[in-house]
Amino acid sequence: MREAVFKTEISLTRYLRADGKPLDELPGWSHEPEPLTSYYRWMVLARQFDQKAVALQRTGQLGTYPSSLGAEAIDVVTGHLMSHEDILVPYYRDHVLQMIRGTPMRDVLLYWGGDERGNAGVGMARDLPNAVPIATQTLHAAGVAASLKYRHQPHAVVCLCGDGATSKGDFAEALNLAGVWHLPLVMIVNNNQWAISVPRHMQCAAPTLAQKALAAGIPAEQVDGNDPIALHEVIGHALQRARAGKGPCLIEALSYRLSDHTTADDASRYRAPDQLKEAWQNDPLRRLRQYLVDLGYWDESRERQCLDEAQQQIQQAVEDYLATPPEPVESMFEYLYAELPEQLRTQIEMARVRGGGDL
Amino acid sequence: MNEPICLLEAVNLALARALDDDPEVILFGEDIGHNGGVFRATDGLAKRFGAHRVVDTPLAENMIAGTAVGMASQGIRAVVEIQFMGFIFPALEQLIAHAARLRHRTRGRLSCPMVLRAPYGGGIHAPEHHSESTEALLAHIPGLRVVIPSSPARAYGLLLGAIRCDDPVIFLEPKRIYRASRTLVEDSGAALPIDRCFTLREGADLSLISYGAMIPECLAAADNLAERGIDSEVIDVASLNPIDYDTLLASVSKTGRAVIVHEAPGKGGVGADISAVLNEQLWGQMRAPVMRVTGLDTVMPYYRNEQHYLPGVSDILDAVDKSLEAGRNEILQATGSG
Repeated sequence: MREAVFKTEISLTRYLRADGKPLDELPGWSHEPEPLTSYYRWMVLARQFDQKAVALQRTGQLGTYPSSLGAEAIDVVTGHLMSHEDILVPYYRDHVLQMIRGTPMRDVLLYWGGDERGNAGVGMARDLPNAVPIATQTLHAAGVAASLKYRHQPHAVVCLCGDGATSKGDFAEALNLAGVWHLPLVMIVNNNQWAISVPRHMQCAAPTLAQKALAAGIPAEQVDGNDPIALHEVIGHALQRARAGKGPCLIEALSYRLSDHTTADDASRYRAPDQLKEAWQNDPLRRLRQYLVDLGYWDESRERQCLDEAQQQIQQAVEDYLATPPEPVESMFEYLYAELPEQLRTQIEMARVRGGGDL
Repeated sequence: MNEPICLLEAVNLALARALDDDPEVILFGEDIGHNGGVFRATDGLAKRFGAHRVVDTPLAENMIAGTAVGMASQGIRAVVEIQFMGFIFPALEQLIAHAARLRHRTRGRLSCPMVLRAPYGGGIHAPEHHSESTEALLAHIPGLRVVIPSSPARAYGLLLGAIRCDDPVIFLEPKRIYRASRTLVEDSGAALPIDRCFTLREGADLSLISYGAMIPECLAAADNLAERGIDSEVIDVASLNPIDYDTLLASVSKTGRAVIVHEAPGKGGVGADISAVLNEQLWGQMRAPVMRVTGLDTVMPYYRNEQHYLPGVSDILDAVDKSLEAGRNEILQATGSG
């Protein structure tokens, strides 16, 4: 005898076409101006910030910076749906998500401008800072979720990573633990189709990345990562499940990296211009703007005002960032241990001298 | 407890005390729950404190370390076990890239009060990959603390100190002496400082500096030397990062001679580091070059040959003789005789 012992399918949720027209009957809430106009405003801010950050890098005023172009909808919707008590474990492209969580824009610039204080004041006190080593944060997220569960706190942990991260053992290990310990973890893969220069089809032979969670006994699905209504539905549901003790899930959000990997990368070396052009047709901002315009919630003057406000906010943050002097040299040692070992004190003086004198 | 206990039982006693004292202490690792750990370090703890506090994990060392970082970031005192040091390598990225840096990179907003325990070292006729001493890899990392006990009392006190410490601590247990000797250890709940050397024997002629399973070898060597009228000081370094150089420098400036003993390979080892600092700080006061007695710079052999790899009392005595000889030549040259 031979019978199927495991059957499943992966669904993809999408409500809006690329041109902003509904594909299907929309959820009731999406006929209201809120939260979608707020989402749109934040997406505009994210895009303007991104442009500014790249410009700062190009003019030598910021270090290497990973653009979030094309990830705006995923980050903005996630940020709005998370509660104050939920805990964020971000990856290094989640700038606007951290801002929505309360991280000052200036701090995001400080971090990418080579200053650890960018991680110091993250809005929510328990959120984790950027993890640069790929996928390592997925395990932290499992641990954070385990702490919530141990303390019987009905909140969720949201962890983000890219498509490349799903090839790492950390990712599989985190999902495996989340499944077996039934952790309140929402794992969101921003599948932007590129891990630096390696395209999605060279990353994994599986037709979806979502299905990797099935091997860990975790429900998983795909969502159109350029569709804020679909993201709201899918992520909102996942958060409610996690907070209610119904366990983890994996969401593969399909997006496209509209930028280079970072400012140190040149995607024209490996990416056909036509593909990028085509991807712009799915731009999440364009889609939501058209939808809001069709409903009468958005127009040219609102757009202009929104851009102006974003520019002002960004300008202020940039001024604050550029006016922030470097940390005193002793900060190199101050936070290394709870209490600085006595024998390291002499090295503070060495650091001062090495830097060309006291600041 | 009024029965003498061994080092392994002292580890168990400290873990039980920590679980009892602080509801935010959680133990997890492979086989540590129902089975009580492959060496029985956690024997009986799951039954006593519950499977939610002494937790069996899936088999993934990287996951154990990374999950501990996540829990510790939220203030849970995660005390995790890696079954053997030979299997610690998947966990290194989490220890080095995250545990060691979390406080630093968040400017103190988050910290990482975790302890990662692992039995280490050779001498028990274990299979391949079960006898390594790679503590120098960890002691090299700023932000990590590395602590090694060498007696039941120090295992108890240092482990409590490690668990209560707000920094990540790698707690390496010399499994060769897990059951080597028994002493009375009072379950007082008192921690020992995890950043200090322990002077186990005072002496004027020579400093024997060591840690872990080499401490009994050094003490035996000191007994032997005493019979020859040589008065050696024996210091258990105990904390490999940070190292308590105050104690080491005070001892060697008194004796003028140092022999450093560890079973890890000499190259890039903790002994090389200590030797360098002694030279930098005490040049001119030394009566002989600093000597090292270490494991050999080769792969840890399978157990049939491990006695040829591990330093023993006679190797220590040979190094002491060279140290004494070096000083004697100097004196002879200075007086123009010989």
